[in-house]
Amino acid sequence: MHTSYDLIDRRGMIMLALLGLFVLIVPICALIVPKGSPFYIPPYLVALLGKYLCYALLALSLDLVWGYCGILSLGHGAFFALGGYAMGMYLMRQIGTRGVYANAELPDFMVFLNWKELPITWYGFQHFPYAALMILAVPGLLAFVFGWFAFRSRVTGVYLSIITQAMTYALLLSFFRNDMGFGGNNGLTDFKDILGYSVQSDQTRVSLCVVSALALASGYLLARAIVVSKFGKVLIAIRDAESRTRFLGYRVENFKVIVFTFSAIMAGVAGALFVPQVGIINPSEFAPANSIEAVIWVAVGGRGTLVGAALGAIVVSFGKTYFTGALPEYWLFALGALFVIVTLFLPKGIIGTLSDFMARQSAKPPTPSPKDMPAAAE
Amino acid sequence: MNKRLELVSGEPSRNLPISSHKTQFATFSIFSEALAFLAALIVMSLVSLFLSGAVRADEQDAFLSGFTTDKFADTEKTINTLAVSGLPMAAPILEALAGDRLLFDPESKALLIRKSESQFIAAIDGHIEDAIEADDLKKVRVNNAVRRALDAALGSLTLMSPDPAKRLAAAESAYKSHDPATLDLLQQAIEKENDAKVKRMQLAARAAIQALDPQASDSDRLSAIDLIKARGDQDALGLLSKLAASSEGAMKAAAESGIGSIRATLALWGNVQNIWYGLSLGSVLLLAAIGLAITFGVMGIINMAHGEMVMIGAYTTYVVQDLIRTKIPSLFDYSLLIAVPLAFVVTAIIGMLIERVVIRYLYGRPLETLLATFGLSLVLQQAVRTIFGANNREVGAPSFMAGSFELGGLVITYGRMWIIIFALMVFAILQLVLRATSFGLRMRAVTQNRKMASAMGIDTNRIDALAFALGSGIAGMAGVALSQIDNVSPNLGQSYIIDSFMVVVFGGVGNLWGTLVGALTLGVANKVLEPFIGAVLGKIVMLVFIIMFIQKRPRGLFALKGRAVEA
Repeated sequence: MHTSYDLIDRRGMIMLALLGLFVLIVPICALIVPKGSPFYIPPYLVALLGKYLCYALLALSLDLVWGYCGILSLGHGAFFALGGYAMGMYLMRQIGTRGVYANAELPDFMVFLNWKELPITWYGFQHFPYAALMILAVPGLLAFVFGWFAFRSRVTGVYLSIITQAMTYALLLSFFRNDMGFGGNNGLTDFKDILGYSVQSDQTRVSLCVVSALALASGYLLARAIVVSKFGKVLIAIRDAESRTRFLGYRVENFKVIVFTFSAIMAGVAGALFVPQVGIINPSEFAPANSIEAVIWVAVGGRGTLVGAALGAIVVSFGKTYFTGALPEYWLFALGALFVIVTLFLPKGIIGTLSDFMARQSAKPPTPSPKDMPAAAE
Repeated sequence: MNKRLELVSGEPSRNLPISSHKTQFATFSIFSEALAFLAALIVMSLVSLFLSGAVRADEQDAFLSGFTTDKFADTEKTINTLAVSGLPMAAPILEALAGDRLLFDPESKALLIRKSESQFIAAIDGHIEDAIEADDLKKVRVNNAVRRALDAALGSLTLMSPDPAKRLAAAESAYKSHDPATLDLLQQAIEKENDAKVKRMQLAARAAIQALDPQASDSDRLSAIDLIKARGDQDALGLLSKLAASSEGAMKAAAESGIGSIRATLALWGNVQNIWYGLSLGSVLLLAAIGLAITFGVMGIINMAHGEMVMIGAYTTYVVQDLIRTKIPSLFDYSLLIAVPLAFVVTAIIGMLIERVVIRYLYGRPLETLLATFGLSLVLQQAVRTIFGANNREVGAPSFMAGSFELGGLVITYGRMWIIIFALMVFAILQLVLRATSFGLRMRAVTQNRKMASAMGIDTNRIDALAFALGSGIAGMAGVALSQIDNVSPNLGQSYIIDSFMVVVFGGVGNLWGTLVGALTLGVANKVLEPFIGAVLGKIVMLVFIIMFIQKRPRGLFALKGRAVEA
């Protein structure tokens, strides 16, 4: 029982070890191993793996609020996309005179829209430190304001899920507008450099992939640190019996706001790392369906396990890549069925089921992953 | 040139002598000279008559010659003279000109109207001309100025038509063109007119002409302005703006005050129109959300597949119409009446299946239910896409839903009107079911306090299944209505699901009145905001508003009260 409340439990150890291995192997296989060798990792695969890792970080952030605090956010994709847009704006400013219209100041789409000067929202984005700050601040601030209002008025359960969905939907519509100044329908794309390195080069791709892996590892450690702390125990208490926790004297809304904001920042970082690897950010990232898909990653992997969320994201995304390539018509069937099957038969996800199974095998008391998944007490 | 036609068309300028013949009578000074000329003409005419026996040159009236000079200015002038000539052939000639069927022979200057591919009649008296070679004829060409003159001329011609509808249309066109040339004719028409509606229009047309006529007396013009002001439509506004720009003093002031009052009236009607659009949108939202409100209210679960039920309802309509089109086309007007119950049954059965197979096992876990039903929605969408294809399917409107009518300054399309009526009917029936049947009573009991209801012997399992079927069935009926105004595609449901949620969350659960008020409020607010800030921003504002609203009233507008809710 006690061991699992160490900062790094056995599952975490495995995950961190795998990530370490990944960080060592990918650069070697992608850059040193010659092309044609069976161990060679082509650049597109590097980008794909990097993308999965970003998804894993998003899933991790969602698991922190859903798995440990019972907040089912159907709008985490919005934080992810906001982080992505902040990064995209930095990358746009780096294009400089290499754009189609060769305008040093304005990105192409603004020249195209006949804008004369840079909107105030874009100021400072040519500096990476400022952009990095915004990557953390914008999603964090939105989550803080949103959470501040929502949790103080005790909006819980499905109501909260619905308004988070409304939030991401409103953002989707806003970012579609050209007047917003974020590229409208087409979003931001045609990136050239990041920190002076070409985003197209193999070295940059590998570096970004490695950075994503490191970000996932640190995200995991931070989330884990939160979960095993006293703060984390209160979160679990809120998840399992919100009213009781409140009666015990805890300011439930403060706990919720803090963890929600932290989670949103984590999602923003994931989005920021995602954008240079896929080369585009557009409003469709705000689509409510994306956020729901992130929820299913967590559910598949195992809610309230952190490791499971990351695993679920990678497994489902891999399945999506495979299915949409091999059997495009059946991907939605498969994804839909996955939703139903996981909720019906695997309520604890892959990791939860696996550890239950192993616990039974060794006839030891089960690991204290959340035993049942009740709805947040309403 | 064809030999025979040359003969038929006769001598070079048959109309010219006649016009000079008229002039000769006016100016006797050159009488003798003319007499000789006349003699020659008569001989020539006789020869030509004898030779052709077809186009009688002596009857082709002078002013028709303007059509044959191939100059726009002449054509326009001729149209205007023809319109007031009172000739029986004036209307057919002008209509032919409007339809590009008026032709002339460049050699003989004979004017002909094409009746069909190879059949022509003479423009002057309408007798059938055979033996005409179409290749040798030229069209009387028309440009914009000519077309305007033509429209005005046709309008004035039909002012006296025996058909009141034609007279009304003619008066309207005279009102719109306010061409001073029609004034005399209008005057005559007004005197003869018996039909009050037509007369009103004619008076307005006369006022329009008088108001712009600098020669008319000031008092006439001022009363004309009053009359135009009273009409208060877009044309009146244009007319008065023109007047205000061209006149001075009292006239200008009167016109400007008229503009002001018309603007106010138009703005008022614009608002009423927006509210009507809002009610229409609200009724659509009501249809889409009401089923959701039932399942959410009774079972506390969010059915993400609800939109797909709407979509299936729409596809049911498509299938019904498709069958009717191929099998019994005469029943097409009843297709929706057949589709409504069918869609209800189809979606209710699918809903029942979903409840029995999936949702039953997820009670007490509303968030998981949300995920499972989202999965189902993906499956249903893809299933429909696989069966019917990803393209939009065409669903037709039965005749009673086509067209529109005007109510004051309000344009009401029958389709929208019927959808509003349908939504209210569904709402009323549902209220009846909930209030007056034992099933409704049980359902309300479960909504208010599941455990207590169960303790009182209500089979909550059964109620859940039936409530889910009912909610789905209503979604299916909503789909029938939506198939009339939206594209029937596999994505149909998705576009309504978030809006429906907003309605339910805003209105509160456990009380259908909340859904009604919520739907209509959101619909109207959306449409009233739209002209000011655009559709997208309007929607964003509504979403933000709802997010804020939920903070204040987390259980919606019409929340259930009592201890049960907090359980």
